[in-house]
Amino acid sequence: MIEIKDIKKNFGDQEVLKGISAVFEDGKCNLIIGKSGSGKTVTLKCMVGLFEPDSGSIIYDGRNTMDMDFKERKAIRREIGMLFQGTALFDSMSVEENIRFPLDMFTSKTMEEKQQRVNFCLKRVNMDGTNKKYPGELSGGMKKRVGIARAIVMNPRYLFCDEPNSGLDPKTSIVIDHLIKEITEEFNITTIVNTHDMNSVMGIGDNVLFLHDGYKYWEGTNKEIMQITEGELFDFIFASDFLKDLRAHAKY
Amino acid sequence: MIKLFETIGEFLILIRRAFRKPEKFSMYSKEAFRQCHDFGIGSLAIIAIVATFVGAVSAVQFAYQLRTISLVPMWWIGSIVRKGMILELAPTISALLLAGKVGSNISSELGTMRISEQIDAYEIMGVNTAGYLISPKLVAGVLMVPMLVVIAVFLGILGGWGAGVMGNYYTTTEYFRGVTDNFIVRDVNIMLVKSVLFGFIISSISCFKGFTVEGGAIEIGQASTQAVVYSSIAIVIVNFLVAFLML
Repeated sequence: MIEIKDIKKNFGDQEVLKGISAVFEDGKCNLIIGKSGSGKTVTLKCMVGLFEPDSGSIIYDGRNTMDMDFKERKAIRREIGMLFQGTALFDSMSVEENIRFPLDMFTSKTMEEKQQRVNFCLKRVNMDGTNKKYPGELSGGMKKRVGIARAIVMNPRYLFCDEPNSGLDPKTSIVIDHLIKEITEEFNITTIVNTHDMNSVMGIGDNVLFLHDGYKYWEGTNKEIMQITEGELFDFIFASDFLKDLRAHAKY
Repeated sequence: MIKLFETIGEFLILIRRAFRKPEKFSMYSKEAFRQCHDFGIGSLAIIAIVATFVGAVSAVQFAYQLRTISLVPMWWIGSIVRKGMILELAPTISALLLAGKVGSNISSELGTMRISEQIDAYEIMGVNTAGYLISPKLVAGVLMVPMLVVIAVFLGILGGWGAGVMGNYYTTTEYFRGVTDNFIVRDVNIMLVKSVLFGFIISSISCFKGFTVEGGAIEIGQASTQAVVYSSIAIVIVNFLVAFLML
């Protein structure tokens, strides 16, 4: 479980996070949604330690990272897997080398053991057989899957996904969403997904946090979100007139 | 002025971070070998071509001038080319070339990694990014530049011999008499000191500019240009300081 308490973050004079608190539970897909510029990515980057919050607490299973020194934070990071928006696969390495990198750097496993783990992870994301390919040879959806394989290779306790569906077609997006959901449940990890894709919210959103203008505006489940009838969240869900019309017709 | 001191401070902090204890020495050394290969082998051809022709041109120009002063024997040209190549031409021209070729490459590579979140990906894994991405490049710079400069000296001297003999300015015996006459080992030491410093300058400034890029493609291009410009300026200043202090 990850808990954030009253996280604030400024960039110069601009207040980006204005005091966000939330609890992200184990074995569930916790979604952070909101418009572009609402503070989703900054929240995520504060949680993983890429940004230092100005104030507040980030607590990983009772361990407050704000009280930790450099070494302790590094240890926590080894329990984290992250899928980046642009996948951030290392261009100079093959698929296999990308996934094996954390094992090479942080474990003393034999090459055979590492190879088995890499193959397991690739199989888990339905990418077996692509070991020798380079990121430049893969499609967007394939890169995301390899990104997930790399994120889970160290058996993380926490999985962070930043816009996992960006740049993907709706069908591939659903595949990636389901993969994230399955992995979360299978390995009982705490998953936090940053998205503005309502399909993801409805498909995998066990717990949904809606950010607006640096504040937590709403929190609930994907069932509850459909009960919203007005306000910023309503505008976010039914962003287009087409969807509003569709909803109106569905009522009658 | 404050901005300059801030930048120097950030640079020193980053270089200090680069020398933290590695997570796994074998991974760092593997990366250092890769960088040495890219830095050294990748630059060998351009250094060889330029050094050969710089040596040749030096010999021809000195021969042209000495012909008019008949009091100076032509075998001196070998000595002049040797000294010129060792003390000045090989280290400085090689360093300026490498600043352009390797410096811009390092800076744009790290800049692209920064923009495409690859450096963040290393951070999330718990890797000391400054250590893993910068220290192998510093090691490569400090080791490879002296080696390339030594090669440049030999090829420059050979270039001078070829040009002079082809132009009938002197014979092979005359030229190599000059090359071996009054050889001072201290000159080589000065050359090596310069080369090590230049190697560090090229890789550290380029790494700093690339590693700290913010923005997009335009900023990567700017960082790459700045890496070359700042490295070149630092090279000529350090070149003067070493000459001033050691000669």
